[in-house]
Amino acid sequence: MKGDGLDRWRTLRGAICVAVALYLIAPLVIVVIISFSAASFLQFPPPGLSLRWYRNLFNDPAWTDALTVSIQILIPSATLATLLGTAAAYALVRGRIPGASVIGAALMLPIIVPGIITAAALFGAYRGLGLNGTLTGLIIGHVIITMPYVVATVSSALRTLDPRLEDAAATLGAPPFQAFRRVTLPLLLPAILSGLLFAAVASFDELIVSLFVSSARVRPVAVQMWSNIRGDMDPTIAAIASLCFAFALVALLVESILRRRTGVERT
Amino acid sequence: MSTSGALMPHQGEAPPARPAGRERAATGPAGRFDRRVFLLAPAVLLLIVAFVSPVGLLLSRAFTQPQVGLQNFADLWERRGFLQVLWNTVMISATATPICVLLGFPVAHAMTHGSARLRRWLIFIVLVPFWTSLLVRTFANVILLQRNGPLNTMLVGLGLSAEPLPLLYNMTGLLVGAVQVLLPFVIFPLHAAMLRIDPAYMQAALTLGAGPIRAFWRVYLPLTMPGLLTGATLVFISTLGYYVTPAMLGGPRQTMIAQLIQDQIAQFGNWGMAGALSLLLLAVSGVMLLLLQLTVGLKAVAR
Repeated sequence: MKGDGLDRWRTLRGAICVAVALYLIAPLVIVVIISFSAASFLQFPPPGLSLRWYRNLFNDPAWTDALTVSIQILIPSATLATLLGTAAAYALVRGRIPGASVIGAALMLPIIVPGIITAAALFGAYRGLGLNGTLTGLIIGHVIITMPYVVATVSSALRTLDPRLEDAAATLGAPPFQAFRRVTLPLLLPAILSGLLFAAVASFDELIVSLFVSSARVRPVAVQMWSNIRGDMDPTIAAIASLCFAFALVALLVESILRRRTGVERT
Repeated sequence: MSTSGALMPHQGEAPPARPAGRERAATGPAGRFDRRVFLLAPAVLLLIVAFVSPVGLLLSRAFTQPQVGLQNFADLWERRGFLQVLWNTVMISATATPICVLLGFPVAHAMTHGSARLRRWLIFIVLVPFWTSLLVRTFANVILLQRNGPLNTMLVGLGLSAEPLPLLYNMTGLLVGAVQVLLPFVIFPLHAAMLRIDPAYMQAALTLGAGPIRAFWRVYLPLTMPGLLTGATLVFISTLGYYVTPAMLGGPRQTMIAQLIQDQIAQFGNWGMAGALSLLLLAVSGVMLLLLQLTVGLKAVAR
């Protein structure tokens, strides 16, 4: 009787797992298939295959401009978030700083506070400064939103790293900066890169702050997609969505390779 | 405990308290000024200038615009339309949360107790949508659920429905989209909690004569509570602030508080009311987190 109940649970569990997997993945697969459609509207299954929507994507200045803007935001903001976030994580984990745990929690606020509040707040603050509709304004917003990911990734890697390694270097005569550069930094690099990668992905995907702070002239891909989906959708949107999905898959793969080197094992 | 932090960068990280036993003698006597403060300063400065101050300004407008006082909150209380939106917001969160828990629990269980191969696959499958843009996933749901979309085609084709069902721009659409986005938030904390359960407890319960069902209810489930409460709270407060999903998959009757805040600013320029609504949203999330802190401890939340 006991075995019977367990078997039934395993069957149910398996069925729910399959259903959840389909639920999470199937919509994305459908979008990828539709992006190769030959039809002029979003229908599934597509009547024929073509690359016309990808051609359309790269020939339409609205999309190519948006892509340029996204990259112009992504590179400086991910770099800044990584530099500031790594420095902060190092100070918080290794330093003797009063209130470190409170400061650490405060640095996570931008991903805990709902995006709409951050967006409205930045939009309001930017009005007096003339930062709305500028790249600078967007970059600052994106650094704020993405920095917590870097702080989280780097500090969790730092915590698994034995501080005695640095101490050993110091004992052997290395000045603090050299001990950091020659010992800690190389060990930490995979985590830093993984934080950078996630910051870049998060910046590219960020919508709500961009929606408030951008303008018709300075408009990143996410905002262009948003207005397209709410207007008349055509399969171009499926093409850009598929590219974003492919980008996410590659980033996830690279990240899992990096993770294997951080020493932080995946559960 | 040890590994889940980096598993899920989205959820942030536990406040970096220095673990006991790792205090460094080399740093010198306690109380001495640590120059590493200078490494922390730029991030904290940016946070104060570009996040804390703007948010503080927005919230303060609740009490200062259009005039000083509590007028905005009084208005809020009298506007039936607003109260309806607040009610919607809470109800939608309260509906999405148990669905996420019911679907997430078996997945987390399989992730914890299944084979290594199954675990790797499940983690990958749960992480993929996590790394994929919210907008892309929401758009994918629009395609899936639309009137002539694949799901309706299948339902009609299989004879499960005589005509296409209205799955989009209503509560169904919103819940399908929201639960999909929120599932990882409950699966990972549950998985972390399940990993910590010593299998000896279940064996002891079974040896002592409890049936598997009884052992599950009395021993296993209570031990997953920290993870379950953490996941449920995360899902609940994330849903409260949702903007993209209700705007794209819900209908007018599923308007949520974030949409209301946006309308107040973009359509009416009513910063005072936007501030009041933001304050309300933050306060509710804050109270939920506080309750969680009191029950299972914030370390589990921030993970």
